[in-house]
Amino acid sequence: MIKKLSNIGDCGVVCDFGDEVNQKINAGVIQLFHYIKEEVSKGKIEGILNYTPSYNKLIINFDLKKIKSSQIIDFIKSVNFSELNFSKNKKEWIIPICYDLELDLEKISKTLKIDKNEIINIHLNTTFFIYMVGFIPGHPFMGDLGSKLFLERLKTPRVKLPPGSVGIVEKFCNIYPYESPGGWNIIGRTPTKLFDKKNETQPCLLSPGDTVKFKSISKKEFENLYNE
Amino acid sequence: MNNNFFEVLRAGINTTYQDNGRFHMQHFGVAPGGCMDLKSFVIANALVGNSSQEGVLEFAYQGPLLKLAKGETKIAITGNVIFQIIKINNEKVNGECNRTYNLKEGEQIDILATKESIYGYLAIEGGFDLKPFCKSVSVLARAQIGPNEGKKIKNNDKVNFKRNSSNEKNFTTKVISEKKEIIRVLQGSQFNYFSKQSQDNFFKKYYKITNLTDRMGMRLEGPSISNIISANIRSEGITKGAIQVPADGQPIILLTDYPTIGGYPKISNIISADYHVLVQKVPGEKVLFKNVELREAEQLYKEHLNNISETIKKIKEIN
Repeated sequence: MIKKLSNIGDCGVVCDFGDEVNQKINAGVIQLFHYIKEEVSKGKIEGILNYTPSYNKLIINFDLKKIKSSQIIDFIKSVNFSELNFSKNKKEWIIPICYDLELDLEKISKTLKIDKNEIINIHLNTTFFIYMVGFIPGHPFMGDLGSKLFLERLKTPRVKLPPGSVGIVEKFCNIYPYESPGGWNIIGRTPTKLFDKKNETQPCLLSPGDTVKFKSISKKEFENLYNE
Repeated sequence: MNNNFFEVLRAGINTTYQDNGRFHMQHFGVAPGGCMDLKSFVIANALVGNSSQEGVLEFAYQGPLLKLAKGETKIAITGNVIFQIIKINNEKVNGECNRTYNLKEGEQIDILATKESIYGYLAIEGGFDLKPFCKSVSVLARAQIGPNEGKKIKNNDKVNFKRNSSNEKNFTTKVISEKKEIIRVLQGSQFNYFSKQSQDNFFKKYYKITNLTDRMGMRLEGPSISNIISANIRSEGITKGAIQVPADGQPIILLTDYPTIGGYPKISNIISADYHVLVQKVPGEKVLFKNVELREAEQLYKEHLNNISETIKKIKEIN
């Protein structure tokens, strides 16, 4: 499963699962991520500080005072992948979305020559898999959209997007957790808070490896939920 | 609960609460953060008798002007900092770094500037009274995470601290300056993405630190580094001190508050033993990168930790 194990700087190790971006490769990454997270929380290995999954890699950062790359690499090599259970940590989420709060649907409809309602239907009928969460807190990178909806990034990114904006690019879908700049095509907005700073035990709603399905709501419902 | 506090008469440019960072959250998009110069942080806490992980105030360039409104305390400032203690009768005493001062109610600390460096640290005996978020009091201002609503200190804020000082004694230590232009690195996972000429330049030519430098990253200016494979890679997790090269060929070093995921190839990584030296460099300064092997980097970090332990062991009472 792991194609290459190497150090990245003197306090990181990269587990490289190969070049492709697909759910099968990513499932391996997520499996190892959950395993390491659990071993760390059980105190089975000391010194690991962070474990960051992405499409095809898991990066492990550690405290060089306590452990070094070669020990982390030995630890990873000792993992028996056939004993790992991917689905036990997986959560399935239903996230409300208001398509009336889109910014780009008309334009997308023209570019792709697909009716607005059909775009919405394809989006609603897709079960999204969360490849990774990051860049900024709570921000999920999800896939896969059918090739019918493949789009490029905006040529000029918007300076300011409202929090909860849902965007698509290529086969990916994301949600902007905060008001932020962004170059994705915005098809709607969710009132769901993806990162809650008041929730000390579980501040981040979505986790890598979870799945998301969207549920269409009206503007009125959006406002009620948003102000809750 | 006591109500000891400082009043912030002037906030300074970038004054935030920091500790050694917030971990086990990068997979949610939360960078570890923490003090930029962890050596100065640890020494500041040691001087006032705190645990090495107690939160401090970090400031950049111009620091805060604080009035001790209620209580009495012992403080220490580390880094290379120009500051004064203003007595109740308005007498100004020039402060020295790496030693403690006892402050009485009504006295002020005026942190004027950092000298030939960016970051300075203020530690207080017993620590600041802060509510941690996920086991850390580090403020990640960009995401507004941490105490003080995740924000920088503002004018008229209250800076609360846990308790009065327990004794009148003062302490000092000698910190040896580690200023140098050579910064050591380990080759990055995408080192071979760059042309032979660029790889050579990277280790032979000077790179200048530009104004576009903050807690998140440091942009450099120097001979363009040309990419011969691809200017983008699959987004992957970031490690502190990674030197990435976007399509324009000018390197960016990712610092303490880095974005957790990034998609530019990385030519090298700063070694842990030199990170605190690098982050204190001011825009306009030049650096020369030197390649070392992993084992050497690990050995250098051990020596760095020993150097800090020695500095702490040498803390002595001022008579």
